[in-house]
Amino acid sequence: MSDTWVILLTGAAAAVACALPGTFLVLRRMSLLGDAISHAVLPGIVIAFLLTNSVSSLPVVLGAGTVGLFTVFLIETLRRTRRIKEDASIAVVFPALFALGVLLIAQYAEHKDLDQDCILYGEIAFAPLDTIEIGGWEVAQPLLTLGIVACLNLLFVVVLHKELELATFDAALAATLGISPVVVHYLLMGVVSLTTVASFDSVGAILVVAFLIVPAAAAHLLTDRLPVMLALAALIGVSCSTAGYFLARALDASIAGSMATAMGGAFLLVWLFAPREGIFGRLIRRRRTRASFAQALILSRLDRAPAAMDDVAADLAWPRRRVREVVDTLQRNGLIARNGPLLLPTRAGLAFVQAVVS
Amino acid sequence: MPDPTLITVMAGASLLGVVSGALGCFAVLKRQSLLGDALAHAALPGVCLAYLLGGGIGVDPKHPLLLLGGALGTAWVGTLVLQSVTRTTRIRQDAALGVVLSVFFGAGIVLLTLLQHGSAGASQAGLDKFLFGQAASLVPRDVLLMAVLGAILLLALAVFFRPFQLIVFDPVYAGSQGIPVRRLEVLLTTLIVVAVVVGLQTVGVVLMAAMVVTPAAAARQWTDRLLTMLVLAAVIGALAGASGTWVSSLARRVPTGPLIVLSATALLGGSLLLAPRRGLAWAAVRRLRNRRRVRVENLLKDLWRLGERDGRYAAPRAVSDVLAVRAAPRIAVDHARGAGLVHVAGPLVQLTGTGLERAARVVRNHRIWELYLTRRLDIAADHVHRDAEDMEHALDDEVIEAIDAALGRPKVDPHGQPIPRGVPA
Repeated sequence: MSDTWVILLTGAAAAVACALPGTFLVLRRMSLLGDAISHAVLPGIVIAFLLTNSVSSLPVVLGAGTVGLFTVFLIETLRRTRRIKEDASIAVVFPALFALGVLLIAQYAEHKDLDQDCILYGEIAFAPLDTIEIGGWEVAQPLLTLGIVACLNLLFVVVLHKELELATFDAALAATLGISPVVVHYLLMGVVSLTTVASFDSVGAILVVAFLIVPAAAAHLLTDRLPVMLALAALIGVSCSTAGYFLARALDASIAGSMATAMGGAFLLVWLFAPREGIFGRLIRRRRTRASFAQALILSRLDRAPAAMDDVAADLAWPRRRVREVVDTLQRNGLIARNGPLLLPTRAGLAFVQAVVS
Repeated sequence: MPDPTLITVMAGASLLGVVSGALGCFAVLKRQSLLGDALAHAALPGVCLAYLLGGGIGVDPKHPLLLLGGALGTAWVGTLVLQSVTRTTRIRQDAALGVVLSVFFGAGIVLLTLLQHGSAGASQAGLDKFLFGQAASLVPRDVLLMAVLGAILLLALAVFFRPFQLIVFDPVYAGSQGIPVRRLEVLLTTLIVVAVVVGLQTVGVVLMAAMVVTPAAAARQWTDRLLTMLVLAAVIGALAGASGTWVSSLARRVPTGPLIVLSATALLGGSLLLAPRRGLAWAAVRRLRNRRRVRVENLLKDLWRLGERDGRYAAPRAVSDVLAVRAAPRIAVDHARGAGLVHVAGPLVQLTGTGLERAARVVRNHRIWELYLTRRLDIAADHVHRDAEDMEHALDDEVIEAIDAALGRPKVDPHGQPIPRGVPA
C-alpha cells in the first residue's frame, strides 16, 4: 500500500471514528465536553508514552482514555458542588490537565517523538512509517488503531442506537424505560475519550475537535433524521479529510490543519446552501412568504370591493410602485382581472386568499 | 538583586493576570466561559496573516502591534461567525464554539506550517510562541504594550461598569431602561478579545481559557458583589502570574505558561475549599457539627424519656441501655460528656444540670411541633413523629414560644405525653 493511501485511509478512519460520537455531542449540546476531553487526555498520553514508548497502540489508547472519563467526572463533580457553573468548570478543568501534560513533556524533552507541535496538530504524514507486523503483513499502526476504533464506534451506535436516541432526545422517557441516562452519558464520554486518544497521534489534541464537531454540525443543518445525520457526518468527514490531504500537498502545509480547514469550508457551504437551514434557503423562503402575503393582502382588499390601484395603495399605505408590482404578478397568474381602472379578484384569486388565510 | 529578565516576565504575567482576571468575571457570570478559549484559537490565523502581510509591505513583520492587530482581526471575525451561526441556524452555542475554535485553529496551523516551509521560517519568526506561550521571550517593549492596552481595558471597564453590570445580570431590564444592550455586549466581547490577544504571547492559545476563567471562578467564591469580585479576580490573576513565573524560574525546563495556569488552578482549589461561607471545607465542618449535635440531642432525649418512666430524670442509667434505644454509636456519649451535658462513671451515664435543660427543650420542641401539626394542619397523630424528629433540632426558642402561645400552652402532646416546660425539681 502506498504512503498516500495509508494517510488517506488513516484520515478517513479518524473522520468516521470522530463523526459518530461527535453527532451525539452536537445533539446533546455537549460539544465542549469533547473539546475538554481532547485536551485533558494529554497527561494520560504522556504517561502512557513514557511507559510504553508508543502513542498509537491499542493498550495505550485504552489506558489514556480513562483520563478522559476522569475529566468528565471531575467537571461533573465540580458542577455538583454548585460553586461553579458547568461552562466555567469545563474551562477550569481542561487547561489545568493540559498544562500538566505540557509540563510533563517539557520534563522528558529527550523523547523527540513527543514534542509540543505534535500535540497541537499531530503528524499524520508519519502514519506510514509507524508499522507493526501482523501475520507477515506490514501494517501502519495508526491506521490499524483508528480502523479498529472506527469499527468499535460504528458497533456502538448501531447496537445502542435506541438507548442513545432516547437518552438524547427524551432523557425522562429513557429513565422510565429503564435506560439510565447517566450510564449512556458516561458510555458516550468513554467512546469520545477513546476516539480522541486514538486520533491524537494523527491529528493532535485540538484539530480532533474539528473532526468531532464540524461534520456533525454541518450534517445537523441538512437533516432531521438521526441515522441520516450520522451517515452524512461520516461522509462529510471522510470527503473533507481526503480533500484536506490534497490541499496540504498543494500548499506544502500541515495535513491535519488542512483537513480541519476543509471541514470549515464544507461547513460554510452547508451553512450558505442547505435547503432548509441554509442562509440562502431561508432568504428565498422569506421572500416567498412575503410575496404571497402581499398578494393575499391585496386580494382580500379587492374581495371587499373592487378598487383602483391608487385606492389600494392608499388603503394599505404602500408605495404605488410596490402595489403595481404585486398586481402585475397577480394579473399574470390570472388571480386578478381588470374592469377599466377597477381591479377585481378572479375565482382563482378568491381561492388563493382562502388557502393563505386558512 | 533579582534578575531583571525575571522581573520583566513577572510584570508581564501579573499584568495579564489582572486584565484577564477582571474581564473574565463577565464571561463567567454570563456563562460564556469558553468564549475566551474560542477567541484565543481564532486569533492564531490572524497572527500568521499579519506576519505575511507585514513582510509583504515591508513593515517589520515581528512588530508586536502588527501581530496584535492581526490577532484582533481574526478573533473578531470568529466572534461574528459565532454569533451569526447561533442566530441564523439551529446550531447551539456549544457546537458553534467548537466549529469556530477548531476551524480557525486549523487554518492558523496551515498558515503557520506554510510559513515554516516557506523562505522565512516561522520558528525563526517566533510565531510558535503563540501556541504555547513563551513568557521568557517577553521584553520590556512587550510589557509596556501590555501595560498600555491593559490600562485602556481597565479604564473602559471603569467607565462602563454600571451598564455592564446591568446587561450581565438583567439584560431585559437593561433594555427596558433604554440601555443599548446589543452594542454594549459587542463592546464587552471586544474588550475580552483584546485581553485574550494580549495574553497569547505569554501563555499561548490553549491555556488562555484558564486565564480568563480560573481567577474569576476563584474570586466568585469569596464574594457576592460584582465590584469586589472584579478586584479579587484581578488580584488572584496577578498572584497566579507572578507565582507561576517565579516557580518556573527555579528549575530548568519548566515552561512558564503551564505553571501560571496551574498556580491559578491551585488558587481556585484553595478558594473552593476555604472561602468563608461558600467554602467546601466549612460546609463539611458544618455538616459534621450538625450531625454530632443531632446525635447528642437524641441521646439527651432518650435519657429524658427513660427518666419519664420512673420520674427520676437525673438518675444514672446503663450506657448500653441508653444507646440501645436507637442503636446510637458510643461516640455520642463522649461528645455529650465533652459538652458537659452528661456525667459518665464506668458503665453509667446521667444528665447534668445543663443536660437536663437541653433534654427538656428538645422533648418540648418535639411534642409542641407534633401538636401543631395535628391541631393546626390536620395531620393524623400517627404521621407526625417522623417530622418532629427532624424539627426538634431545628426549631429555635422564639418560634417554639410563639407556637406554644398560639396553641394555648397545652399540657400534653397528641399521644398524651406531657410537654415539659423547664427542669423538674
